[in-house]
Amino acid sequence: MYSAGIDIGSVATKGVLYNGGVATSVIIPTGWSPRDASRHALSMVLDQSGINRDSVKSIIATGYGRVSADFANRAVTEITCHARGAYALNPDIRTVLDIGGQDAKVIRLDEKGSVIDFAMNDKCAAGTGRFLEVMARILETEVQDFDSLAEHAEPVPITSMCAVFAESEVISLMARGASREAIARGVLESIADRVVALMGRLANGPGIAFTGGLSRSCILCRSIEKRLGMPLFTSPSSQIAGALGGAVIGWN
Amino acid sequence: MQYIDNMITALAKTRESAIADLQKLKDAGTKIIGAYCLFAPVEVIAAAGAVPVSLCGMTQEPIAHAEKHLPRNLCPLIKSSYGYAVTGTCPYFYYSDLVVGETTCDGKKKMFELLEKIAPVHVMRLPQANDRLEDVQAWKQEIIRLKERIEKQFGLVITDDALREAIKEKNEERRVYREFYGLSKLVPPPLWGSQVHRVLHGSGYAFDKKAQLAKVKSLIAEIQSACEDGELSTPAGRPRILITGCPIGGATEKIITIIEESGGIIVCYENCGGAKDREFPVDETIDPYEALAQKYIRLACSCMSPNNARMELLSRLIDEYAVQGVIDVVLHACHTYNMETWRVKELAQQDKGIHYLNLETDYSPGDEGQLRTRISAFIEMLS
Repeated sequence: MYSAGIDIGSVATKGVLYNGGVATSVIIPTGWSPRDASRHALSMVLDQSGINRDSVKSIIATGYGRVSADFANRAVTEITCHARGAYALNPDIRTVLDIGGQDAKVIRLDEKGSVIDFAMNDKCAAGTGRFLEVMARILETEVQDFDSLAEHAEPVPITSMCAVFAESEVISLMARGASREAIARGVLESIADRVVALMGRLANGPGIAFTGGLSRSCILCRSIEKRLGMPLFTSPSSQIAGALGGAVIGWN
Repeated sequence: MQYIDNMITALAKTRESAIADLQKLKDAGTKIIGAYCLFAPVEVIAAAGAVPVSLCGMTQEPIAHAEKHLPRNLCPLIKSSYGYAVTGTCPYFYYSDLVVGETTCDGKKKMFELLEKIAPVHVMRLPQANDRLEDVQAWKQEIIRLKERIEKQFGLVITDDALREAIKEKNEERRVYREFYGLSKLVPPPLWGSQVHRVLHGSGYAFDKKAQLAKVKSLIAEIQSACEDGELSTPAGRPRILITGCPIGGATEKIITIIEESGGIIVCYENCGGAKDREFPVDETIDPYEALAQKYIRLACSCMSPNNARMELLSRLIDEYAVQGVIDVVLHACHTYNMETWRVKELAQQDKGIHYLNLETDYSPGDEGQLRTRISAFIEMLS
């Protein structure tokens, strides 16, 4: 038997098929229809494993589009799912930092992996993937190329937290001759500042997992580690942690 | 339990449904005195034979008008209240023969200056603290000043006997509502938090207090007998939530709805519309002005510094209502409640070992998705 977790994020939809371990996973763009994306993600994980829908005993939907997945057995918030997913990846995790397309969240877990506290920034783009997207557009690059652009540069400080004001600030910096590389680096540093401030609202000890789309940026990861003075746990499965958590909840 | 629902609906008066009642009072020549806050000693107004009404704006509609004069970065309650006043769309403000403004916060204080252009306003200068004898005495003088203003404006005399009677009646009202919401101490509670809120919120729009109280008393009796017969209960096992923070009502009822749709149940409201005033009667044995001053200045509002009374009240309510999660609601730009969130969080998590969630919101429906995610995650955490 299998369970499935579908995490419908604002940018990407993640699907995980689970049978005590990850059987298959997919990441697809959410596009304009969270409902279609959720169905598509489910059929992709089923096709890839060559299994029948009837073999899936439970489907959990999560993410902002969780209510659109009308085929799911249950909707569970991304906070609970990310916690469960990160804990499944590494049971030493006590804090999850998740940065997705439109929100950033910090979740604290107890030794059993249950959520005990959380803080979210989800009302503005500051410190989220959306912030990076806006900046990528001005710098005429892609979000996934940010690291290679910024890698060897010294950061130029970006002080505006608001994506709209930061856009004006970056345009002024470019007018004053700052390099694209330095600005790109500055953007990543400013996201690190923002999320570390969010983390400061909760008590953080060691055992911190970094999940969500932005966890793919090594530079961001190192900048956050430097500020915290603690290592962050990431894994190739970091981006699918929410879907994995959903699948684990469905499995249990 | 259809008859209990019907009784609740009859008690759940709203700003809109009570307008006709207000019109009748006005036509009969009754004086209407508007006030914004719990700090206004309504006993003095009642002793003058006038009817007190609440002028706090609780909806989004007038905010755009208010922002023509006021900064955007201001609490929605002030913007809404001001918007209603300047657009003439609030019958409660329109019919008020006198508007009492209590200087609870900077925003309100400055709003009263603006309101003086459009209505007769009597400002009560609220001390910033309540732990010195001078604070109580200053507030007593403000209450006497209010009495004198009412007497002068309406050409009447407020006797000590009339004031004592008004204090007795208001205490009785507090006692009855306390008994009503106290039913939620039962595990599981007999009523939903949304039902309790409708009755508590409706009390502000019931101008015939005696009739309203009789109805609340029979509602309590019906609930008690239905509980004894095992016929009335909410589902067992729902996480028990206490709401604290800024006033709840009107647009912010979205929070109540989402909590109970997400699997929680509200068992206690600590804020202005709930326990904050009703838990503390006025002393009927001493000089009435002294008694009013002592009671009102001890209201556990975040505008008081220090505000240890709120922590003491919360601590007691958490125990009495077997609360499992505290939801602290802050309106945008309410700095004092926002700054107290840290203390409330410490009280809940460290002293009481229960869970805590802080929500910041305004009167727009735009954040319902985000609120739902936070609240659902909180309830999942408690379940």
